[in-house]
Amino acid sequence: MEELVQTSAVAAADWIVVLPLVLALIGAALALMLRNNGRVTFLLALLVVVAAIACEIGLALRIWQEGPVSMTMGNWLPPFGISFTADLFGISFALAASVVTLLVLFYAEADRSAADGRDGFHALVLLLLAGVTGSFLTGDLFNLYVWFEVMLIASFGLIVTGGSALQFDGAVKYGFLNFLATTLFLLALGLLYGTIGTLNMADIIGKAPAANPAVMTAIAALLLLAFGMKAAAFPVNAWLPASYHTPPTAISALFAGLLTKVGVYAALRSLVVLLPATRDVLEPVIALVAIASMILGPLGALGETHLRRAMGFFVIGGIGAAFAGIALATPGGIGGAGAYIFHSMLTMTALYLVSGMIERSTGQIDTRHMGGLYASSAPLSIMFLLLVLAVAGVPPLLGFWPKLLLIEAGVAQGGWLGTSLVVALVLNAVLTLIAGTRIWAHVFWRQAAGTGKVPAVRGALLRYGAAAAIVGLAVAVGLWPDWLLAGARMGAADLADPARYIAAVGLAGSAP
Amino acid sequence: MDLVLAVVVGLFIALGVYLLLSRALIRMLMGMLVLGNGVNLLIFTAGRLTREVAPIVPPGLEQAAGAIANPLPQALILTAIVIGFAMFSFLLVLSYRAYQTLDCDDTDEMRLAEPADAPNPPLSY
Repeated sequence: MEELVQTSAVAAADWIVVLPLVLALIGAALALMLRNNGRVTFLLALLVVVAAIACEIGLALRIWQEGPVSMTMGNWLPPFGISFTADLFGISFALAASVVTLLVLFYAEADRSAADGRDGFHALVLLLLAGVTGSFLTGDLFNLYVWFEVMLIASFGLIVTGGSALQFDGAVKYGFLNFLATTLFLLALGLLYGTIGTLNMADIIGKAPAANPAVMTAIAALLLLAFGMKAAAFPVNAWLPASYHTPPTAISALFAGLLTKVGVYAALRSLVVLLPATRDVLEPVIALVAIASMILGPLGALGETHLRRAMGFFVIGGIGAAFAGIALATPGGIGGAGAYIFHSMLTMTALYLVSGMIERSTGQIDTRHMGGLYASSAPLSIMFLLLVLAVAGVPPLLGFWPKLLLIEAGVAQGGWLGTSLVVALVLNAVLTLIAGTRIWAHVFWRQAAGTGKVPAVRGALLRYGAAAAIVGLAVAVGLWPDWLLAGARMGAADLADPARYIAAVGLAGSAP
Repeated sequence: MDLVLAVVVGLFIALGVYLLLSRALIRMLMGMLVLGNGVNLLIFTAGRLTREVAPIVPPGLEQAAGAIANPLPQALILTAIVIGFAMFSFLLVLSYRAYQTLDCDDTDEMRLAEPADAPNPPLSY
């Protein structure tokens, strides 16, 4: 008991773990106070996000060399204080989230008019970023719940920004189902605390194996349902195609890039790392969820004529691929899932941004009324096609490598589970390719329905720049994937064997 | 006492789920509220019930002499209540605005974002 009262000061260097989200929170508060001046809040948001990116790059380099970094709040030693623990996956996703947010901020600036100044858009975006970053970096399950809610309330604000009837309709479905998902998560938390008496992730890894496996399985099933809803995995995906296309482009792009990925990441962490013993029962369920999402996602896109709704179905297909990695849970599978989440954050955001540009150029939201855009805007057609190929997983684009890792892991696993997942992954790639290129052909190649003349729009350079930056990133990482693969391998190794993670939190002695 | 509370939690959550399965927004809101309270009560019960022993360490000691009430679940519930209240308020206002704008509170008829008579996709490639 002597150590419990003895407090250990956090090393100054370790504060960097919470710095990105502290910066985002302070930025959000300042942006709210300064919301009368849209230009100032825009510059403030840029500054905050760039500073967060700098912190995250520094932290990522440190984790790369030394392994996971942890700090615990308020001078309470780990199982009692709230820990923030960054490992390679967490920090990579946080970094991707900040980069995506930065580019979406630029894109949104082109779309916003002076009249939008007071709606608190930048404050909400920074709050959303704080919630997402917190979810990726926290080392405590209850704290994860809090960040989920921060993210949720910010997204509630963003989804109704503009206040059209369409948005209220989408927001009702989005709001109820996501609040239900976090309530179910809270329910699972309560049960977990009642059973093993701790919510610190590193401590749970040590204590869960000794608990009643039936209770743990029930809790893991609840967590799977809650995170599956957040991630929009089949069969609890209905809210995503109902709501993601309703807000303005920049906001739906931000949602597509960040929100569902946090759900997958939480599922990955809780089902693979925290409660691995429950996998005996849950593995077939996770595999079924993965296969159904992977196949039904692109099929939904194939049957959809509304451009951005079709993109929503691609998001669901990608969630299935990430769940395939969770179902496999070998180091290769975990690495594939991690790399897929990273790829999906960049690619899906870019896909929504480009879709928004298509909607703006054609003045239509339905692919049936679009056409002939190829003649008037070649860059747009190149970007859209590259992104479709990246989502499908065509080499040498970014999407190819995570799928390769997943298929490799599935083949290595063999048996019914591995084989069916590999078949589903290949089917997903083919169906995505069919659905995506079909949309491309309709929008760009087909004879123009209207005049086919692109109206000059304000801020086109900003929009093209933001979208092209993400597309360029996706192509560059696809062409030079060495660090992506090395990162996936190292991050997966830490998840598969959490010894370094537990040691970083300072609970190495209590591990079994 | 734990058993009684466990049954109450079960009733709360069953009622919440039942109300959430309704198509009317106002019932769904009530369902959210009851479900949230059921979950809060569950966390309270999960911390084990101890009567009349406040979690205060007497002066001069570094830890309490006997068994004390567990303060952590209460901190968790407080957080959850505040968050749940904020979320519920937002959903309440949102539902009201949606009712005003869309002129319906039946989720089956809120089909603006997903038209019921959506056209078939073109058969051309």
